[in-house]
Amino acid sequence: MADALEGRAPIVWPDRLRVAALPPQARFVFRGDAEAAARAGDAFGATLPMTPCRAAADDARAALWLGPDEWLLLAPPGTEDGTARDIAAALADLPHALACVSDRHAALTVSGPRAETLLAAGCALDLDPRAFPQGMCTRSLLAKAEIVLWRHQPASFRLEVRRSFAAYVWDFLAEAAREHASA
Amino acid sequence: MLLIACPHCGPRDEAEFVCGGQTHIARPGPPETTSDAQWARYLFERDNPKGLHLERWLHRHGCGQWFNVARDTLTHEVKAVYGLLDTRPDVT
Ligand SMILES: [Zn+2]
Repeated sequence: MADALEGRAPIVWPDRLRVAALPPQARFVFRGDAEAAARAGDAFGATLPMTPCRAAADDARAALWLGPDEWLLLAPPGTEDGTARDIAAALADLPHALACVSDRHAALTVSGPRAETLLAAGCALDLDPRAFPQGMCTRSLLAKAEIVLWRHQPASFRLEVRRSFAAYVWDFLAEAAREHASA
Repeated sequence: MLLIACPHCGPRDEAEFVCGGQTHIARPGPPETTSDAQWARYLFERDNPKGLHLERWLHRHGCGQWFNVARDTLTHEVKAVYGLLDTRPDVT
């Protein structure tokens, strides 16, 4: 499926801010108890964190805690079939749910020293690094859209947005960036 | 706006939550021996206190979990946050 943010040129405010669409990605929502999550992590290749609002990631894969029995798994595009097979095989005897949601979301990054300021235009979370450090992730709201927000690098946030809200979120951030740039 | 401390996620803005109304409502039963008046009370009749109110909340745009909140309807002070299956807390 075409990416919901395809063709959007990055929003750039030199040295301060950059908003950029991310390419397609394999995504799953995994649900299960602690034992199922531990085994799913082994099969997936990234630990499913048990600590609330934390993500575990390497260069290729990430597992984001969304709830006490719910994780968002990110993997390279095109790996859906293999990942689903691996996890299903490892959990054949344990109750769990694994739903492929690759095309449900669009993703973008908000990075630079003004990233927190821009997100604060529509998000009530305390995004100071002491309150929202690298590796923290959560579902929340940006203006009227539900997002998954993840500080994946010290000065960069990754946003996962429902694809039907992607244009709204992008336009909201563009408008907020314009306001800050002119202030 | 309320600041509600989700038991999993910590303090969050009210906009992330949905209020599910009064909590600790026991379902009457068995149906064969339950009167219409008892069912009506169970389904429709709710407390409307000025002061302490025990209510269910869902962290809809967060961890997706239900939990209980003891809130003062006059001051909006959140006096306790506790699990959905926990007994009522010692607050007034
Ligand atoms: Zn929560």
